[in-house]
Amino acid sequence: MAEEKSPSGFRYIGTKRRTKEDPRFVTGRGHYAADIALPGMKHIALVASPHPSARIVSINTKPALAVPGVLYVLTGEEFQGGTDALYVGVDAPKVTRYALARGIVRYAGEWVAAVVADTRAIAEDAAELVEVEYESLPYVIDPEAALAPDAHLVHKAHGSNVLYHRKFVWGPVEEAFAKADHKLAFRATWGRSSTVPIETFGVAAQWDAGTGLLDIWASIQMPKFPDQAARALKLPGNAVRVHFDVDVGGSYGLKRGIKHTVLVGFLAKRLGVPVRLIEDRLENMRGGDMHGPDRFFDMQVAFDRDGTIRALKIRAVDDVGAYAGRSPLQLGKPVGAICGPYQIRAIEYEPTSVMTNKTPQEAVRGFGQAPTNFALERAMDRVARYLKMDRIELRRKNLIRKDQFPYLIPSGTSYDSGDYHAVLDKALAAIDYPALERERDEARKAGRLAGIGISTCLEPSGGNTSFEILFNPKNETTTWMDSCLVRVDLSGSITGLMNTSSSGQGHETLVSTVIGEVLERDPAAIRVIHADSLSALPSNSPVGSRMAIMLGGAAAGAARKIKDTLVAIAAHNFECSPQDLEYRDGNVNVKGVPSKVLTWDQLVEIAHRKYHQMPPGIEPGLQAKFVWEVPTGPTVPTPDGRVQMYPCYSFETHIVYVEIDPDTGKPSLKRYVCGHDCGVMINPDIVHGMTYGGIAHGIGASLYEKFAYTEDGQLASGTFMDYLIPSAMEVPDIHIVDHCTPSPLTTFGQKGSGEAGYLGAPAAIANAVNDALDPLGVSIDTLPMSHLALWERISSAAKKSA
Amino acid sequence: MSEKLYSISVEVNGVARSAHVPARLSLVDWLRDDLRLTGTHVGCEHGICGACSIMLDGEPVRSCLMYAVQADGHRVTTVEGLANPDGSMSVLQDSFCKCHAMQCGYCTPGMLIAAKGLLEANRHPSDTEIRAAIGGNLCRCTGYQQIVDAIHDAARRMASGAK
Repeated sequence: MAEEKSPSGFRYIGTKRRTKEDPRFVTGRGHYAADIALPGMKHIALVASPHPSARIVSINTKPALAVPGVLYVLTGEEFQGGTDALYVGVDAPKVTRYALARGIVRYAGEWVAAVVADTRAIAEDAAELVEVEYESLPYVIDPEAALAPDAHLVHKAHGSNVLYHRKFVWGPVEEAFAKADHKLAFRATWGRSSTVPIETFGVAAQWDAGTGLLDIWASIQMPKFPDQAARALKLPGNAVRVHFDVDVGGSYGLKRGIKHTVLVGFLAKRLGVPVRLIEDRLENMRGGDMHGPDRFFDMQVAFDRDGTIRALKIRAVDDVGAYAGRSPLQLGKPVGAICGPYQIRAIEYEPTSVMTNKTPQEAVRGFGQAPTNFALERAMDRVARYLKMDRIELRRKNLIRKDQFPYLIPSGTSYDSGDYHAVLDKALAAIDYPALERERDEARKAGRLAGIGISTCLEPSGGNTSFEILFNPKNETTTWMDSCLVRVDLSGSITGLMNTSSSGQGHETLVSTVIGEVLERDPAAIRVIHADSLSALPSNSPVGSRMAIMLGGAAAGAARKIKDTLVAIAAHNFECSPQDLEYRDGNVNVKGVPSKVLTWDQLVEIAHRKYHQMPPGIEPGLQAKFVWEVPTGPTVPTPDGRVQMYPCYSFETHIVYVEIDPDTGKPSLKRYVCGHDCGVMINPDIVHGMTYGGIAHGIGASLYEKFAYTEDGQLASGTFMDYLIPSAMEVPDIHIVDHCTPSPLTTFGQKGSGEAGYLGAPAAIANAVNDALDPLGVSIDTLPMSHLALWERISSAAKKSA
Repeated sequence: MSEKLYSISVEVNGVARSAHVPARLSLVDWLRDDLRLTGTHVGCEHGICGACSIMLDGEPVRSCLMYAVQADGHRVTTVEGLANPDGSMSVLQDSFCKCHAMQCGYCTPGMLIAAKGLLEANRHPSDTEIRAAIGGNLCRCTGYQQIVDAIHDAARRMASGAK
């Protein structure tokens, strides 16, 4: 497609450009974990507990070991003896977690043994023959039951099922509740779902006894992954080399197979052969520890008759399953956007992270913000309904105004910039809101259940780790940098080195576009490679919608150093000041004298070969690194828990029209518009793609997807036949309307967009469904709003009216 | 293992391939592990996600639900066989790049197969026909919008004679 000039005056940024990554994917040349084939590689199959809670009485591995082709059977006894427990995000040192259980199993699907064989098929055959004797123990599945004083303890040594609890009070909450004209209270429930990538988790490892180096290839998206793997394996950090050039087949925050990796690394070293584990779908769904937030909110809102929201009380209980990891911190990130895009001056927030005998939770797109946004937006609609006020009018009244930025919210975070009213207006215009209302009303007259939903939500971006220090005073992490190295070789070609793997975010395109922008060189000719962890600069991986800001900022910083070097070389050779020169397309000439020029090739030649023409004090060769800390940085929280969470705040408004079949409860999304402002877009196709995808995730979370558990603790939706992922038939045509409010904090004005769509879609869809149910006098505040759940409400209303 | 082996002959991407395989070897494992055609991906292993889609005698099928022995005597096309004879990208592949119809790329080979199946049967598909044709292929990244756009784009270009 023809390249278009960027509307914002950039040369490459913001223009429609093809990505660097796509050609290898359409030709079948992607390089995923399951494509790793090492000479002599062995394969793992896992033995999983069928019980949600049990004591392991004995394990007999002999029948499995007798199968030809089986090399080894590892149990938790040996594994836990040889490795350290995995990292816990909050202060709960006795909630120990390993890849293989020893003594006690705490959820159905937990791994108890690993079989290593010549092929995966043989390993699976032999895994069936591992005889494990269990003694059933009590268990707890419901999070509220787990909070009861006499509840079964998932981790006895921890002394409680509560991993984290605190009540934050920011501002005069009680006073606001006392003075407000009205109050209302309700419960909103976000079901246990996840982003469930089509690629399961995979990892291969190879130990070299000669060098003492463990090589790891994994479908990974995780900060500090190499450090944590090394620590658990009791190896020095420089004995583990993680290869970041593995294409990750989708992640959305989730691909953090640290337990898988420690297991595979241990076996590779223990057995002296390369070993690979590729989860099958059931292992992934049940034992992969990749479920998402499972959370209910008890919401209280204090508001005046004119629609002013005075204060909120939010009690959030999140069921993280049987182990901790980083999942309790998913209650922490929303502190940084706890009032959403609204001027709400007093907030009480009481998060509780509770353990049950279910599959553990992992970081999911938005890190807890999507459920929080859903609860906030249900509150807005409920207030509007209570006051019989227009929902858009109520939002307009409470939204932070453009002239109020930077805007400090009660929990201590400053929002960088925004124009929420303008984005809302654009989206309303795009969908022709008055016409949409007429369409809905006519559908209702014709006897159909029809509703419009609106949400106005924030996407915190530029991810730092303020929630760690907020939720765990023993964790003093305030650094969360990212880096880039730019190199110009003797031929004049440019290479950018990034220091993490990618799972579809188009980082190679991002880095090459930014370098090309700064150096005024064609991004198509710039190569971007992924380092391995031993040759990498510091990175914290693509979490928290941070890479456009952090990797983009680092790449720009490194490129600017290269540019400065080139100008310095020219200044030295022209015997003038750098201020007398101008840089154009990589060539440097004396201002106003285009003929007095040193070309890119000449400058590169000097840098690499002609030391006698180099200015003093400048390194020969032409490369530069830039390590960038998150702008605003994480701050140390105040005693009452106020903290600067993420630096940048993208905004999205969703308007969706739904019709529900009254006979089946089946909802159909008929119209969908999303107004989106993430500042300056580096590559609009990538931003739009992630936004469409985030909306599809939101459709799944709100209408279809649930890791359902039976009362006896079994996962009832471990396949794609019962865990329902929206197809192209459920996801409607989506129209995105862009708006650009640059961030004052970033290199080009960009904000993050990796979680876009997902942060506002469930809220809007829930509001649309409730608008459709409103004439029946019923409502629903529990996700997913399955066909059955909707049908039950519709039927109950019909019975009532009969 | 002394598993009984069966001999098969399959034309894969225009090349005759022969092998001795156990009865329980799935077609996708044979393609990926034995022939090292790793472009075809495994997603769910129970026929829902469509990541493993290939063409069998010109029709899209799921290679995770077939055994290699069932492909004996048939013609298989994988994503590696979608390029033009000179090695350049086909229009369909190019349209996927042009419209950025992917992110992580994992479902992409299956999507291309589904789209190829559609466009060979229907040169002017509607939006609904495109969505129905890829309805059995799950994508978690794109929300399908740019995939639908890409298939429309390819249909238009192919209608005007592009290859």
